[in-house]
Amino acid sequence: MNATLFFVILPYLALLSFLMGTIYRYWFMPFLVSSLSSQFLESKKLYFGSRPFHWGIIFLFFGHLTAFLIPSTVLAWNQIPLRLYILEVSALTFALLFLTGLILLVIRRVESKRIRQVTSYMDVFVYVILMFQAITGIWTATFFRWGASWFSIVLAPYLKSVFMFNPDANAVSQLPLVVQLHIVGAFVLIGMVPFTRFIHFLVYPLSYLWRPYQKVVWNYRNTEF
Amino acid sequence: MKNIRSQISMVFHLDKCIGCHTCSIACKNTWTDRKGAEYMWWNNVETKPGTGYPRKWEDQEIYKGGWEKKHSSIDLKGVGKIKGMKKLFHNTHMPTMDDYYEPWNYQYEKLFDAPEGDDQPTAEPVSMITGEKITPKSGPNWDDDLGGSAEYARKDFNIRDLSPAEQETMFQLERMVMFYVPRICNHCLNAACVAACPSGAIYKRGEDGIVLVNQERCRAWRMCVTACPYKKVYYNWHTGKSEKCILCYPRLETGQAPACMHSCVGRIRYLGVLLYDADRLQEVASCDESELIDKQLSLYLDPNDPEVIAAAKKSGIHDSTIQAAQKSPVWKYVKEWGLALPLHPEFRTLPNLFYVMPLLPAMAEMNEDNKYHSAGKSLWDDMENPRLPLKYLASLFSAGNVEVIAEILKKLMAVRLHRRSVTVGDLQNDEIEQLLQNSDLSPEIADDIYRLTSLAHLNDRFVIPPAHREEAIEMLNETHVHKGTTGFGFTKKPKRGL
Repeated sequence: MNATLFFVILPYLALLSFLMGTIYRYWFMPFLVSSLSSQFLESKKLYFGSRPFHWGIIFLFFGHLTAFLIPSTVLAWNQIPLRLYILEVSALTFALLFLTGLILLVIRRVESKRIRQVTSYMDVFVYVILMFQAITGIWTATFFRWGASWFSIVLAPYLKSVFMFNPDANAVSQLPLVVQLHIVGAFVLIGMVPFTRFIHFLVYPLSYLWRPYQKVVWNYRNTEF
Repeated sequence: MKNIRSQISMVFHLDKCIGCHTCSIACKNTWTDRKGAEYMWWNNVETKPGTGYPRKWEDQEIYKGGWEKKHSSIDLKGVGKIKGMKKLFHNTHMPTMDDYYEPWNYQYEKLFDAPEGDDQPTAEPVSMITGEKITPKSGPNWDDDLGGSAEYARKDFNIRDLSPAEQETMFQLERMVMFYVPRICNHCLNAACVAACPSGAIYKRGEDGIVLVNQERCRAWRMCVTACPYKKVYYNWHTGKSEKCILCYPRLETGQAPACMHSCVGRIRYLGVLLYDADRLQEVASCDESELIDKQLSLYLDPNDPEVIAAAKKSGIHDSTIQAAQKSPVWKYVKEWGLALPLHPEFRTLPNLFYVMPLLPAMAEMNEDNKYHSAGKSLWDDMENPRLPLKYLASLFSAGNVEVIAEILKKLMAVRLHRRSVTVGDLQNDEIEQLLQNSDLSPEIADDIYRLTSLAHLNDRFVIPPAHREEAIEMLNETHVHKGTTGFGFTKKPKRGL
């Protein structure tokens, strides 16, 4: 694969799109920021799809983030094989959970006529890219073992170099094709966040946990909304 | 009394409601006749006994709406900070479209376009969601006038505490009894939808207490749908945003009554300001169930009391709002006369829509031959055996307190008999006086009740305080700069997000 295009230009395009797109959509098109829940139209199948899907993807997201942020700690953890196995097995379990949920959600969307009415092209894209990531990810975990360790050695430095504006794609371009595809898919996914329903994970309502229950807005007193 | 606020509140007179659904249509045509909102009835009229809309909305074992008492405090029953956040990916207790109905339209164009044939062209029903032909199975008011009563009236939540014999009485054909309950959002003081919204999109307006959903902040976490025990927050399946009754605030701000109230054929609706003590909300919302009614009514303060007026001014309430509160028909019905009660106070949201109890369906008693009659000496001699069990009304309006209901019905009866003695003159004066006294009424007050109930003009029924938007604008902008900078209403198309 063309290392410069996919591992130097693409990540910056994705980051630029992510930053500018999400900020623009959040500030100037707030009406279009929504999780677009379809539970109202179909609830039972959603229960079995949405829960494993979300719990799976949340674990995987934070797993990747941890490996990127504190690679040396992860490596230290993996010194003892048993710990490495536990990490790999739990990651794979969550990946399968994620894939199962995703498949159930796709089936639901295809089967339910009501849901098809609220399916946009971007939703199709979302399913395709997520499926792509799930398959390449599980493939990687199965056939190129101990990613929990080599991620820290190969990918964490590469990602760091991208964020330090000194991209070094040498090591990445030596990786197996499936792994490379997984990385490229990730960049595409990140770049597409502002154009899809992915945006809803950025407005996860954490502040709800510490705000008072009741909310009053005054006109005369000019309270901030 | 440091923190006094004003609340636009409503009274619906149930004896006057004829169940014509004009209010629902006025509301639908004004606000919800658009994609994603077809099934929304911000205003709807339910036949009682009946299961209502959405089906069985009153049964919080199904929908987990409202608040529940936890020790000395209260917590949201189904959602909230911990329970709600756990349900973010799938809200277990959210009603789906099937609990409402699948909206449909008819293929009217077929009546014109159909090719020539042997049969008359027909306009078949098509789903407004999928566009495919459907057979409508339920609608927003398919239990109207007890229609399909085995399906609906007999499954009414409020008959659960009645004895089998009492239940049977309600449904025997010759004794059949019903009345209408029109419902809109209650714009509660302790709104469960506001408390449940994780994004903080739902808020109460400080000046008039109207509860609104900020469409730009709503993220479709849909906790409000579960939280509202009255099921008056609706999820727009097209835009992915929740919507609810806005009490026609654009009309109120320009001095007009809300569309549902303005169009009411029976003139059953009243709207006015109530002043209340916001510092006591917590205490009142978490009191014992037996005290709920009394405590909630004690929240509302006498707008003619000089102390209240002084405190209200200190709290920044405009003089014109205080004046409106003094003329408020809601104050009269709810506090001065004590004739109106909120719907299901046990949900603990402190609703601000009050209902004058229906006398007509209750007014009749059983004969020896087990038939009801309404032609006793004084129309209704004995309240022990009414056609409509008072327990039923108590389940709806007083958290089970039958005495409150009986008192109100006696009062209403006294007013009727008083007016009969005035206009017909066939009743003993001293008897009437005794009846009025028993209900703490004077002939003058009885006449006032009669006048506001039967003869009131538009401006007596709707006492709308000026909104003083000009002051609000001045807070943000110089008025001359602001002039001409905003459009007329909603200018962007409510487009669905990607």
